Amino acid sequence: MPDTLRHYLFIAVPLLVVLAVLPSVYNNHLLLFNFVIFFILAQGVNIIYGFTGYLPFGYVGFFGAGAYGFALMVMHLNSPAPVAVLAGGLVAVVLGLILTPLLRLAGAYFSIANLAAALAVLHLIANPALESITKGPYGVALNGTFNPTWAYAGAVLILALTLGIVVYLKNSSFGLALQAVREDSFSASMSGVNVVKMRTIAWLASALVAGLAGGVFAWYVSVFYPDNVFSADFSIFAIVFALFGGVATICGPLIGVIILYGIYNLIGFTTPQYFQLIYGLLIMGLVLFLPAGLVSLATRRGWNVP
Amino acid sequence: MSPDNVPILRVNDLLKRFGGFHALDGLTFHVSSGEILGLVGPNGSGKTTAINVISGLYAPDRGEVLFDGTSVGGMASHKLVHRGINRTFQVPKPFMSLTVRQNLEVARTYGRAGASGPSMSDLLEEYRLADVADRPAHDLTNVQQKMLDLVRALATQPRLLLLDELAAGLNPTELDWIAERIKALAKGGLAIIVVEHLMGFIEQITDRVIVMNAGKEIFEGTLAVAVKVPEVIEVFLGGEHAA
Repeated sequence: MPDTLRHYLFIAVPLLVVLAVLPSVYNNHLLLFNFVIFFILAQGVNIIYGFTGYLPFGYVGFFGAGAYGFALMVMHLNSPAPVAVLAGGLVAVVLGLILTPLLRLAGAYFSIANLAAALAVLHLIANPALESITKGPYGVALNGTFNPTWAYAGAVLILALTLGIVVYLKNSSFGLALQAVREDSFSASMSGVNVVKMRTIAWLASALVAGLAGGVFAWYVSVFYPDNVFSADFSIFAIVFALFGGVATICGPLIGVIILYGIYNLIGFTTPQYFQLIYGLLIMGLVLFLPAGLVSLATRRGWNVP
Repeated sequence: MSPDNVPILRVNDLLKRFGGFHALDGLTFHVSSGEILGLVGPNGSGKTTAINVISGLYAPDRGEVLFDGTSVGGMASHKLVHRGINRTFQVPKPFMSLTVRQNLEVARTYGRAGASGPSMSDLLEEYRLADVADRPAHDLTNVQQKMLDLVRALATQPRLLLLDELAAGLNPTELDWIAERIKALAKGGLAIIVVEHLMGFIEQITDRVIVMNAGKEIFEGTLAVAVKVPEVIEVFLGGEHAA
């Protein structure tokens, strides 16, 4: 059986089926929804960081842009929610296009510039002068679209798309070329790879999934402030989850979300002091002993982790 | 070796500045299919800069690079690869976390479209990489990484190959072996430019050498003649040794 099919059948499909069935047997739907959102965002970080090496500290910019893309469509055009979600994805892609010059920067310079860009978008949207368009800092309350059940279904569908992209990257020569670019961009171009084009495609794909996730998040909650959907927590969580599990794999970011977001929900609210202690220790341990993430426990033994 | 008469690469009056330093200062030369041309000269004479300009890492500040009659100076590297120019690196730069096979797969997939050549397994076998084909590149020895870098370049089906100090670090047996491989590649029609400090190796494989100093050509001909030219001796050994 080809690897691509195996990865769909044994990773993507079971996860999607479980997520589709869980709401009927488990009551905390908001928690399930948040898990799906973080699966998407961690895989989105995986697309851009795992496969091209750009660490996007301002990744939430795409998520927030997607959420506001949704809100603007609903508020001003009375658009149906699914169309508004797609518009959210489109807005994030446009933002990604505007930010493509950032890809000329490397390492920490890129990360910081990306963080600054996300903050710039936040302050643009939260500007009181734009109240008539974005509602400024006062937040949006959307009427007529609130439907958590369908929003959840939409989120699972977006996760399916995201997993599809990651499985493709993991198994295609395109994904291999991206990894080559990550390792050494000049060697990659001397292998005939159009480095700028490849990076841009990965960047926009990563923006698209975050924008769609933002759109579906806006659909689910319907009432939010700029600070909610541009919260740096989204970027930090998505990055930490992806790194904890192990990037440039399909499983790594998923495992990272299940373990770390699981711990966060088990003890993060009830005993936040222990949560922060455990989180801190886990992250320090990871950086010191498993810089390539949990999956490296297996890869170091020569096992191939999809 | 029977070089064609029509050069596949011609560089005219190349100038490349880094700040006030002229790394290339009016360099002019040509190379034909099937020919092995040596670029020699002391450190800092502009050999590697010449390779970097021809392979698209730097755009020239003046002058032109004509490949197959078309001006390609300043063109993006991947486009040069698609036209048939490739190179190796002084310090090999394989994709470290990818396996040897994956390294080559990238080059074969994205290299010169439509070109046919030796299969991946033939290349791996020929350059002694078959045993490590499924190991990540960072597990390889320096010599194996150099061979991988060479095979990566060959996998793109080049018509002009630039070798930047490929022989450094190889033992005498490996040198003889790689010299034969390079000569065989030229016999197959490939134009090759070799930048090298090992004069014995240069003498063994080249048809012609260009001796460079301060970004300019100071001699063109065979190495046997070059070593008797006072100006060449002077740049290599200092003024008092010149006859």
